[in-house]
Amino acid sequence: MADTKALQPPLAMKLLIGGFVALWALVAMFPLFWVAIMSFKLPVDALSSNPLNVILGPSTRANVGGLSIISLALGIAVLVAIYQVPIRHGQSFASRLAPQGRMIIGWLVFVVLYLALAGVLLFMLLPLVSSLINAILIKVPLLGLLAEPIIGVTLEHYRAVWIQHEFYRNFLNSMMITFGVVTVSLTVGTLAAYGLARTKSNLAFWLLIAALVFRALPHSVLVTGYIPVFINSREWLAPLWTFPLTGWFFQLFSANAPSLYGQPLAIIIVLVSINQPFTIWMMRSFFMNIPNELDEAARVDGCTQFGAFWRVIMPVMWPGVITTGLFSFLLAYNDYLVTALLLDAQSQTMVPAISQYLNRDTRLSDQIEAIAAAVSITAPLFLLVMVFQKQIVSGLTAGAVKG
Amino acid sequence: MKARTFAAFVAPSVVLMLIFIALPLISVFVQSFYSTQQVFQQISVESCTPGFTTQTCTTELRSRQVMDAAGKPMTTTSFVGLESYRQLLKPEEVSKAFAAGGGGLSALMTIDFYKALRFTLSFTLITLPLVVGLGLLIALAVNNLTKSIRGPLIFISLLPFIVTPVIGALSIRWLFIGDGILTAALRWMTGSSIAMFAQGWTIEVLMMVYRVWHVAPFAFVVFYAGLQTVDQDTLESAIVDGASRMERLRHVIIPHLMPLIVFISLIHLMDSYRVFEEVIGFSSEAHRISLQWLTFSYLMPDETGNRSISRASASSMLTMVGIVLLLIPLLMRTWRDNRVSR
Repeated sequence: MADTKALQPPLAMKLLIGGFVALWALVAMFPLFWVAIMSFKLPVDALSSNPLNVILGPSTRANVGGLSIISLALGIAVLVAIYQVPIRHGQSFASRLAPQGRMIIGWLVFVVLYLALAGVLLFMLLPLVSSLINAILIKVPLLGLLAEPIIGVTLEHYRAVWIQHEFYRNFLNSMMITFGVVTVSLTVGTLAAYGLARTKSNLAFWLLIAALVFRALPHSVLVTGYIPVFINSREWLAPLWTFPLTGWFFQLFSANAPSLYGQPLAIIIVLVSINQPFTIWMMRSFFMNIPNELDEAARVDGCTQFGAFWRVIMPVMWPGVITTGLFSFLLAYNDYLVTALLLDAQSQTMVPAISQYLNRDTRLSDQIEAIAAAVSITAPLFLLVMVFQKQIVSGLTAGAVKG
Repeated sequence: MKARTFAAFVAPSVVLMLIFIALPLISVFVQSFYSTQQVFQQISVESCTPGFTTQTCTTELRSRQVMDAAGKPMTTTSFVGLESYRQLLKPEEVSKAFAAGGGGLSALMTIDFYKALRFTLSFTLITLPLVVGLGLLIALAVNNLTKSIRGPLIFISLLPFIVTPVIGALSIRWLFIGDGILTAALRWMTGSSIAMFAQGWTIEVLMMVYRVWHVAPFAFVVFYAGLQTVDQDTLESAIVDGASRMERLRHVIIPHLMPLIVFISLIHLMDSYRVFEEVIGFSSEAHRISLQWLTFSYLMPDETGNRSISRASASSMLTMVGIVLLLIPLLMRTWRDNRVSR
């Protein structure tokens, strides 16, 4: 069908379409790409109005140094290799690492090991090898040109952000909150969505409608409800700690009643609840795609309803779980409003923490440090799209196809 | 499924939603009628300065915060009725603005709430057709490309969608800030220099550009998936009947995509009504504010560490009324679909 002559657009139109798509690709990539380049330059270059200066960074090259053609080529080769290896060989490595056919554990071990290995390769081995090659080649008359630094690069801002301003604390907070949100909201959401997908009661219908309304609520509305409780929580919880029957139990954890304000664990529950309506709707549309006959067969064979869910349905639900997990991850990772209002400076996550760089803004390099922090936040998301592109697309369309 | 098993499956999620969504909503509703203030007491202080033959003494009334036993400032909570709403909506100033010589609309726009409402609504309504249109265009274009470049293209398109909203807004801002590359490009193209962050309307345009850039990929992916299921037989018979490219688009493809267009529009309405991250990312609070940002700003502690909870509650309730009004069509549709499917 696709090669029917009549459906093929004429040449002029083809060019138009190609040009339009190319333009969109440029628009989609450009801001992130450009900002990433800026983060590696000294302020003079990064804030220059001449685009060539931003890309090549002459003053960065003069003051700090830069990459030669050889280093660039080496770096690109290593990056491509790091990207290609798991696609070609990931499956066999993971199955070798998996204990008794538990592929998931195998994959997890593989991913962790691989990330560590890639990190060592990129940040320790690569600079060493390329500077060695450069040092040797620079003495050779003509090849020396290849070893001349041409693009100025500095890691100064990243060092300032991560080490001097202790951005890793924010990173750890972010990771803890995201991990908690994903696991809890998947556990609770899967159960509920399965229940909702397999029943036709009126109650289920009303629950779904309520969830839809809750999904549309601006988060600030909910946070307005939380704030007084969070701030006064120490006084409100205190009776539990002083009442003799319950006091001994709670004092095992802390001597005094805790304040929920500034507690990452409290944020996890809040974000899970905010995310719950969305999780339920998305998971339900995945469960609806699994034929009902599957659980009926399991029930006939003597499974309980939960047994059927756990042994028969869950093994075929993994794509849906991964997709929904990705979107929960995004919600928790990208959140600004809830974390900015309910966490204090010590327990702040990465996204609200960036505003401290914006507000300082007295030296030129503060600007670039903010940019470096922003790039640090975006990098994991970039990896995520790279690995899970298919799942994200299926998640985006899951809700739409079902309505 | 038996009712009891259903209850067991749904219980954890329902409990979470009740405690953390329904309960806060009720508490916000109640809070909006109460106001918590620190207690001040009037005390008379006599201060004397030495003078000739007699001291000069003055007594003055000063108000002082009352501390409780723990040394914290004492607070009272009192029922104030619609006072918080009145402070937000400022009916007197509205009637003054519309009275003769009151300045009309421009005077109305100096009141925070109306400013936020105006921006939120125009932001939502202007970006909506742009997102649907751009998404549809990209989907149609990509659908006409050879298969091998569709994958990388979808990857690139997903980047703006997946990036943290605050960061996305910031990165657009950094392209323009000061002598940024795009400011320079604009100056080169138009010949006059425009400071993008000096006046309100340019910031507003940038915020909308950012939002379209951020959401169009979502529309694109959904429409692209929809295009794969267009009935090829109908398309072929349209060609046999002599339908031109535009006619095929209008009479075959668009009707097929209509449910998806409705879906995208409603999701976009919900999400862009909550516009907030743009205000943070572009630091536009001096020029443009949104409804959700208004609530946020009331919730942030001011210089004395107080948060105006009751005013935030009132603005939350008003924001919610707006979203419910917007949602009614969506609810009606879901209602109808679910009735039909059963």
